[in-house]
Amino acid sequence: MAFGPHLLLALLEGLVSAAVLSLTALGLSLVFGVMRVVNVAHGEFFMLGAVLAWAVANALGGHPAAGFFAALVVAPLIVGAIAWLSERLVLSRLNYDPESTIVATIGLLYIIQQLALTFYGPEARPVTPPFTWRLSLPWFGYSAYKLSIVLFSALLLVATWLVLTRTKAGLIMRATQYDSETAQAFGIPVGRVYAGVFALGAMLAALAAVLIVPISQAHYLMGHDPLLLSFIVVIIGGLGSLRGTVVAAVLIGVSDGVISMFFSPTLAKMIATLAVALALVFRPQGLFGATAR
Amino acid sequence: MSGEHKPAKAYALHLAVLALLFALNFLLPAYHHGLLARIMVLAVFAMGYNLLFGYAGLLSLGHAMFFAAGMYGAGLSVLHFGFAVPLAFLAGIACGALLALVVGLLALRTSGVAFMIVTMMFAQVFALSLIYFAGFTGGDQGLVIPQPARLFGVGSATIDLTDPAVRYMAALALFAVALLVTLHLVRSRHGRVLVAIRENEERTRMLGYDTFANKLAVTVVSGAISAAAGAAFALLFGYVGANFAGVQYSILPLLWVLLGGAATTLGPLLGTLVIYVITDTASSFTSAWLLIVGIVLILLVLFFPKGVLGTLRARWLGWLP
Repeated sequence: MAFGPHLLLALLEGLVSAAVLSLTALGLSLVFGVMRVVNVAHGEFFMLGAVLAWAVANALGGHPAAGFFAALVVAPLIVGAIAWLSERLVLSRLNYDPESTIVATIGLLYIIQQLALTFYGPEARPVTPPFTWRLSLPWFGYSAYKLSIVLFSALLLVATWLVLTRTKAGLIMRATQYDSETAQAFGIPVGRVYAGVFALGAMLAALAAVLIVPISQAHYLMGHDPLLLSFIVVIIGGLGSLRGTVVAAVLIGVSDGVISMFFSPTLAKMIATLAVALALVFRPQGLFGATAR
Repeated sequence: MSGEHKPAKAYALHLAVLALLFALNFLLPAYHHGLLARIMVLAVFAMGYNLLFGYAGLLSLGHAMFFAAGMYGAGLSVLHFGFAVPLAFLAGIACGALLALVVGLLALRTSGVAFMIVTMMFAQVFALSLIYFAGFTGGDQGLVIPQPARLFGVGSATIDLTDPAVRYMAALALFAVALLVTLHLVRSRHGRVLVAIRENEERTRMLGYDTFANKLAVTVVSGAISAAAGAAFALLFGYVGANFAGVQYSILPLLWVLLGGAATTLGPLLGTLVIYVITDTASSFTSAWLLIVGIVLILLVLFFPKGVLGTLRARWLGWLP
């Protein structure tokens, strides 16, 4: 393949990972923005989404599309319920103290990971994509399913944005983010808002995982990279800023795709992580304005 | 912090613990003897972590990089440059201290959540670079330090670190030095300033203390102690591997310190001992030891945030350092 088409392929692959990444990172960003909680277990909610997608599709059998779309609904709901429960049982009792919640979510990470290993096993298992059309470009064929991931993620992002800015639930969330004490004084059930936001964040990660699992595979350790990348995206985008998160996800996803196609992925990850750590040291408010605190 | 100061009692307790560990060398069966040597080395790692987290209140999620820096600094200088054991040990400590200085200069510009994430990311970069330069570091498989490289002479005597009794005594010596250094440090003026920074950094600065310099100093000391543990681990057990730089080895010292009691001098040993014994016992009938780590972490922050010794000190033993 010539350089041009090769670059186009890298860009397309990067766009797919950017789409999934922006959903995952948005979940992390929402939780941090509203609750000021750094959820280290976020990657495990992602992994749980993928593993449950496999379980649902496998249990249902029949046409791949039926299994996939069932998974798209069921897996996020189960993950959301688990997140809601862990918020109510653990995080709320810690009064959202930053250090304690980080330690608690690390504990959650190990528990979820180990349970996935015990019940799902160490194998990587694929889920059949719902459809297998290929789009023929002049230089190579490209999976239509991958492009539909981009489209569907974009729709979800717009929907989340509409919910946050145009509905009463979004207003309540933003009020809680802005000043939880005043919100409480105005009769907003802050505890329930927190539980809802935590569940919503986990569901976004699970949705992203269900979308990606037909083209990668479900594995019990798959949560690590999305967690790291989401951190990177959320930091670059400015903690708690939705627009910044999406811009940064596209930036990181596409450049990660391009760099790892032409260079070693380990080197790409090293450079990206180092750059972000330095960004956090020297520009803690993120590259896109919004203040962190 | 504590109302009453009884240094004599505190020193007596520490010496008693050391004497007990010394006596155990002659009493324990072979398997537990080896296990305890390993636990003492890891407890030194936990003590290094405790200085930063417990006393200065800086929660690092990347301490594995200092442990691994000591481990690789010692191991690689033996393997590639043919250093003798004592020199390699010092090289390991120097690597850890230098890394801690660089990381401290950068990461201490942030605080709170940002500090945790930045330290985690630096550790991630460190771990990835160990894998990237696999030709030099052995990558994922790690490197074995052969037995002849772990011998060294003192005067006319030859010390063989592969001999169990020698290994145990070396681990105990390291542990004793680290314990006494910690004890001295936290009772010193610098130690009190650190606690003041933990409790209220703004006020400490207003009182005229250079908080950044104090935090940087404790970061370097903490990194050096952690590196000493890593270097000892490499030389005593003859193996260096990239998994020791992974996230898990950043979380474990946090777990050990939280369980034993943050900001207590003997807490790290107690925490390491208890967790090691639990996971060692559990691993004989289940492979799910990470599940135990997770559950213990959550239970600790929920119900026991001061850890065992911290709770004892708060309730009954105010003199405990």
